Amino acid sequence: MFSLEGITTAVQDWLFIKFNPTLALAIECVIVILLAITLFAGLGLVLVLMERKVAARIQIRLGPNRVGPGGMFQTVADTLKLIMKEGLTPDSADKFLFNLAPFIVMMVAMLLLAPIAFAKNFQIWDINIGVLYISAISSLSVIGILMAGWASNNKYSLLGAMRSGAQIVSYELSAGLAVLTIVVLTGSLQISEIIAAQQNGWWIFKGHIPAVIAFVIFIIAVTAETNRAPFDLAEAESELTAGFHTEYSGMKFALFFLAEYINIFIVCAIGATLFLGGWMPLHIGSWEAFNHIMDYIPSSVWFMGKTFFLIFVIMWFRWTFPRLRIDQLLNLEWKYLLPISLLNLLLVAVIAILGWHF
Amino acid sequence: MYNQTEIIKDTTDLGPEGELVINMGPQHPATHGVLHLVVTLNGETIKKIEPHLGYIHRSIEKMCESLTYRQFIYVTSRMDYLSSHINNLGCALLIEKGMQIEVPERAKYIRVILSELTRIASHELWLGAMAMDLGAFTPFFYTFREREMITEIMEETCGARLTMNYIVPGGVMYDIHPNFQKKVKAFIKQFKEKVTEFEDLVTNNVIFQSRTKGIGILSAEDAISFGCTGPVARASGVRCDIRKLYPYDVYDKVEFDEVIETAGDSFARYIVRVKEMNQSIRIIEQLIDSIPEGDFVGKTKNVLKLPKGEFYTRVETARGEFGVFIVSEGGTNPYRIKFRSPGFSNLSALNHMAAGSKIGDLMATMGTLDLVIPDIDR
Amino acid sequence: MSNEEIKEIISSTLPSATYDETGEWLNVIIDSKDWEKIAAECRNGALQMDFLFCLTCIDWKTHLTMVYHLTSTKHRHNIVVKANLDPAIAEIKSVCAIWRTAEFHEREVFEMFGVKFLNHPDLRKLILEDDFKGFPLRKDFEDPINMIKL
Repeated sequence: MFSLEGITTAVQDWLFIKFNPTLALAIECVIVILLAITLFAGLGLVLVLMERKVAARIQIRLGPNRVGPGGMFQTVADTLKLIMKEGLTPDSADKFLFNLAPFIVMMVAMLLLAPIAFAKNFQIWDINIGVLYISAISSLSVIGILMAGWASNNKYSLLGAMRSGAQIVSYELSAGLAVLTIVVLTGSLQISEIIAAQQNGWWIFKGHIPAVIAFVIFIIAVTAETNRAPFDLAEAESELTAGFHTEYSGMKFALFFLAEYINIFIVCAIGATLFLGGWMPLHIGSWEAFNHIMDYIPSSVWFMGKTFFLIFVIMWFRWTFPRLRIDQLLNLEWKYLLPISLLNLLLVAVIAILGWHF
Repeated sequence: MYNQTEIIKDTTDLGPEGELVINMGPQHPATHGVLHLVVTLNGETIKKIEPHLGYIHRSIEKMCESLTYRQFIYVTSRMDYLSSHINNLGCALLIEKGMQIEVPERAKYIRVILSELTRIASHELWLGAMAMDLGAFTPFFYTFREREMITEIMEETCGARLTMNYIVPGGVMYDIHPNFQKKVKAFIKQFKEKVTEFEDLVTNNVIFQSRTKGIGILSAEDAISFGCTGPVARASGVRCDIRKLYPYDVYDKVEFDEVIETAGDSFARYIVRVKEMNQSIRIIEQLIDSIPEGDFVGKTKNVLKLPKGEFYTRVETARGEFGVFIVSEGGTNPYRIKFRSPGFSNLSALNHMAAGSKIGDLMATMGTLDLVIPDIDR
Repeated sequence: MSNEEIKEIISSTLPSATYDETGEWLNVIIDSKDWEKIAAECRNGALQMDFLFCLTCIDWKTHLTMVYHLTSTKHRHNIVVKANLDPAIAEIKSVCAIWRTAEFHEREVFEMFGVKFLNHPDLRKLILEDDFKGFPLRKDFEDPINMIKL
């Protein structure tokens, strides 16, 4: 059976035989960095194409279909175009912050990749406070956005950044509380343990209604956190032209664009890990034959399948709903989602203490 | 006229502390054209909106003074390009009224059917564009699917898809295409099937309703005082449908309802336009099978000369009351011509409607005003 | 309301008004000084002319004529009010306070014909550039660069 675990173990064994441990570790670091960057580039290309194809399907049109078979290389062509474009910096912008902002946003997205388990025992860093690490790092991206908005010296950018700040800080709470419900159920902050706890069933099935509520809140909150429609107020096209990245062009714009898609991937991966069992295959009670067939599918396929399903759901939102207004957005969070998540957390705590979950 | 340094210089007043002045337009995705709004903001709240016009001003009124009565009709297509057919009709009606030209029944029927098709096409485009202003991209493609059928019908019969130039004083330029009736019926059939899609996707959407209900309220008194007409005024409860009040062509023979809502908010304006599309379909259904045989254009002289005097006609375009005022000295050219465009008056109410609301509400308000910038600038 | 009744009402406010019934609607010709009085009477008096649907100006070379098309959304009668102005000192009272649609229309007439509207809250150029010279819709306007003679 195909397994990523086998490859990593083989590479590690070979490295440790050939080189001394320090050098071997250094080489591993380089490999991981290269893999992460490749993954980023690959994901960017795939997700942009997927978004365009999904949008086209929803909007009764074909989408990109000229470059390569079925338009597969359209995003490659687009990326080439963006690389060749001049990266303009406005005259009155704060040059240092302006140029730094896209890299901050990108770096935050990269850091978030560390604790994600892509397949069975295929994880960069299985830190014991994995969930806390994710919550902490993901809030940092707002700094990059605020920086971009402020440094552009553009009123639209400033308004966009302001909106984005208010939005991300607010929705961080709901996302955090939704994540906490799973932490309460599992009793651990470590990603690998959370996945292991879903050996006999995913949390969304085991955790009764509170887990479903937490899942729904999580999806809404992360849609808002990644500035996706219907919560894309930070870059509301019809109101603020392009919000915080109005002044960016060329590769600097591409970095923002890429970071948006990477962020979607990461939040969906986290959602899949916490609620849908990560790389765990779907097992149904005592149906041995069914479970064996499910086990036969590689764990990496399971993980990617779940993640891409969630990504599809978020894309579906975007092409269906109109945008909310800023006060409605904050009302939704502070008046509805936050109280519900707090109550939900309480309920989950009771369930966890009394052992009512499966 | 300006030198370059003047363009770069930001001349907007800094204003009191806490105020932010932004120039929305002339290049802005939500203004759908070259409208320039100077918006004074306090945080996200709008304090004042000041429209700056003229970016697409072509001085059509002056231009028409040197065109003959046959020529000037077609310049009006370029004003409100979404209801160009109805603009042309208004001008033709004025000449027919002034010169007492008899229009054959067949031409009248064709004109009304095409007017209503134009109205539907215009409302379809508005519906998609307005949903896009509110951040929903998908309805745009759904409305364009139906609009495409209309433009194809127009293309076949009039030879053009947008600026039809199909009307001549005394009738229409050519007879309708043999496929016309068949295609219009096919369109009606599809429209009736698909109209529920918008209901599901837009009208009953919770976010859409919360974005438009109670937003940009215009009372009936204000609507009249600001000279608003068309769906904007009808959503405030003002009866102003020219087709009902002063029927032209065969509007007095068909049955249809004047859609009136009383809420006066963006949602009411939305509902009025959606219902109006259904009324237009009703009108077309009554006429399409009974287009009488006969001439499509009445007998006119080669050179038209309007008698000395002043003439005014009004027609109901998709945006409201379009008035043509011609002062004639008895020659072949108008002495003075004035187009009363609905968008110009509707725009003047924008500051009143949007002041005090959020930027997001401005999009909902401006979207439902259905502004076409060449119509405002002329 | 018939034209006779309208005439009666207007004459009772302004005996000097003259009438012209050759056109489609009743034309009331007044002196520009009386316009504010007549406007208030038309709007608030028995006529209830609450809808100013067209406001424009005509350049007759010797004089300018302001033309106001009024209608009543209640009684559905139309009148046209005309006031002659001297092109050199073209001044008339603004009716922004009575019909708010006049604000934009008067700004347009101001820049196109050079008619000064007294008491207008914000009389600036609306369509043309701020430093535009001349009044393009006047008959004597010449622009050697942009105008094409047919």
